[in-house]
Amino acid sequence: MRSSLGPPLNLASGRVEMAHGAGGRAMAQLIDELFLAAFDNAWLAQGNDQARLTVPPGRLALATDTFVVTPRVFPGGDIGSMAVHGTINDVAMSGARPLYLTAGFVIEDGLPLGDLKATVDSMAAAARAAGVAVVCGDTKVVERGQCDGLYINTTGLGVIEDERLNISGDRARPGDAILLSGTLGDHGMAVMSKRENLTFDTPIVSDSAALHDLVAAMVTAVPDIRVLRDPTRGGLAATLNELARQSRVGMLLTESALPIRPEVRGACELLGLDPLNVANEGKLVAICPPEAAETLLNVMKGHPLGLDSAIIGEAVADPDRFVQMQTALGGRRIVDWLAGQPLPRIC
Amino acid sequence: MKYVDDYRDPDLGRRLAAAIAAATRPATRYNFMEFCGGHTHAIARHGLEDLLPDAVRLIHGPGCPVCVLPVGRLDMALSLARDHRVILCTYGDMMRVPGSGGDSLLRARTDGADVRMVYSTLDALAVARDAPDREVVFFAIGFETTTPPTALAIRHAAETELTNFSVFCNHVLTPPAVLHILDGPGAPGADAVPLDGFIGPAHVSTVIGSGAYEPFAEAHRKPVAIAGFEPLDILQAVLMLVRQVNDGRFEVENQYIRAVARDGNRKARALVAEIMTPRETFEWRGLGAIPRSALRPRDGFARWDAERRFDLGDLMGRDHPACDCGAILRGLKEPPDCRLFGAACTPDTPLGACMVSAEGACAAHWSYGRFRHPRHREARRAL
Repeated sequence: MRSSLGPPLNLASGRVEMAHGAGGRAMAQLIDELFLAAFDNAWLAQGNDQARLTVPPGRLALATDTFVVTPRVFPGGDIGSMAVHGTINDVAMSGARPLYLTAGFVIEDGLPLGDLKATVDSMAAAARAAGVAVVCGDTKVVERGQCDGLYINTTGLGVIEDERLNISGDRARPGDAILLSGTLGDHGMAVMSKRENLTFDTPIVSDSAALHDLVAAMVTAVPDIRVLRDPTRGGLAATLNELARQSRVGMLLTESALPIRPEVRGACELLGLDPLNVANEGKLVAICPPEAAETLLNVMKGHPLGLDSAIIGEAVADPDRFVQMQTALGGRRIVDWLAGQPLPRIC
Repeated sequence: MKYVDDYRDPDLGRRLAAAIAAATRPATRYNFMEFCGGHTHAIARHGLEDLLPDAVRLIHGPGCPVCVLPVGRLDMALSLARDHRVILCTYGDMMRVPGSGGDSLLRARTDGADVRMVYSTLDALAVARDAPDREVVFFAIGFETTTPPTALAIRHAAETELTNFSVFCNHVLTPPAVLHILDGPGAPGADAVPLDGFIGPAHVSTVIGSGAYEPFAEAHRKPVAIAGFEPLDILQAVLMLVRQVNDGRFEVENQYIRAVARDGNRKARALVAEIMTPRETFEWRGLGAIPRSALRPRDGFARWDAERRFDLGDLMGRDHPACDCGAILRGLKEPPDCRLFGAACTPDTPLGACMVSAEGACAAHWSYGRFRHPRHREARRAL
């Protein structure tokens, strides 16, 4: 087969060219030698334009997400692993078991083939570790300047096998406990620390991780979990405000209960950012009836991705749907959505 | 986090709050202005007002350089940014601030302007060195704290004959603004809230020193307590002021002794004096024109002064006529008293000075404290 496609791709110094997206031999070669080699499964090997899937009985959960991150490689992950983890997590936040992923790539003309291969290999490793197959995909190459290196879209399909589960952002009730699976802001600060122009050396590592295994343990122990959501962009503050609005409740958090690494807090202080507004890629918020909170907390703490879990507050009746926080000093304040984008403050 | 956690200790905080409550006298009101936006933000973020007795009221002053920059100056920066020869460098603080018609540097960048966010003036100098065929302008703002780095950049540009670099200087001065609030036109009259004392700025005071407040404390018989930005710093300063009021004293006390000396930072002040000189007058958003309240590069450094290098005209942006910022900055009104607050004017759509930056009185109140005001809740329901 290789002979018909010419000499192998030059992964050491070659670059993606417009021809790699033009539907000709170059594109076939890129798909064969880079994508199929990495993802390596029976669906892709069939070479069809679609994957035919058998799904177990139950409700299906479907989610899609597009990944754009600068820099593409950061401490603790890269755009490839993040594209797998992010969509798996969106599927899993329904209580579903993720089964399949699709992957779409928008590649800028000139991207080193070695960079593309490293990203795709990272995706494949993340998918394999999560036990989820990437069953179909697409690539487009755009002219230089039309995208920043590489964008990835992934769509995930999962199945909710337990009929009892009814997990949805509109189900929080006053009195429910709010739990968080670990430390806040690790991903956002890891990425920010590596951004151009910002050279402070910190040992902050992204928390990017697939949470479906943690979710499986949680829903098995407490099937009446009401809400699950991963606090990604906009951080915990945005997620809780979304949920408060959806569920028509207020929330009251306890600042001293929030797990935040000292180095993340330090970096946030320095830049004038609030860790509650900073992105996470491997954490979840769970809301459950108060009587189930301790059981759920223990299950979360017993999982490697939930060691720092904590009960951080409760849902309350509030016509204004305010998310409030009892500060460590005993005062009270609102935890608001971020206005605009998080920009470091100097003066 | 060493040097931060120590100053946020909940137990010490409660003890300070109890000491303040015990020190206040039944028939006495204590109206203290924290001048600095950093304090305003810390007070709101840590919910400190909940820890203070009713007799103590904190009035949020004009000490946020982003907030007090008039729209016209921002329009000048926008016209620079939209000049295709120019790379405009500035701190992240300025990127979202709206100019006339809701224009902003972020929007200008979306439209193709070359606006770069930098973390220090050294970064802006590097941009100028790397782009010798472009005009690189550093949009400088801030009080006495951020002025020395700007002065240093101008001196460095002069020494290295970096001719494609200039500074659009908007540095403002703290003492003239405090004096203006006390006795400028429109100062608190009979119906106004009397100010019983000032919480002095933290970072600004590291440069100008606690001595800089002594003349006006004496002349206006107002106590001053310079405080750090952490919650315990602020509570301790409030306690100092309560005791001064009780004793009839009007001294400059320094709570922030770990960073502020009486003389401040002489080297930094000498550097600023060498490069810059006070403007005759400068417009403050919300407060109006204040004499000798801002700096510009001296004539010897005119080549590095963007206002003399480019024809910026005198763009006169105007604030929204219903905006109550001036009264809020003087303590005559509170944020929810303004008709625009929370309706047309929010941190996402700021109209007035106090909503523009996170450190402004209205933004801090909206983002952290709006649950306190039932009036606002009723107004929203009525909408």
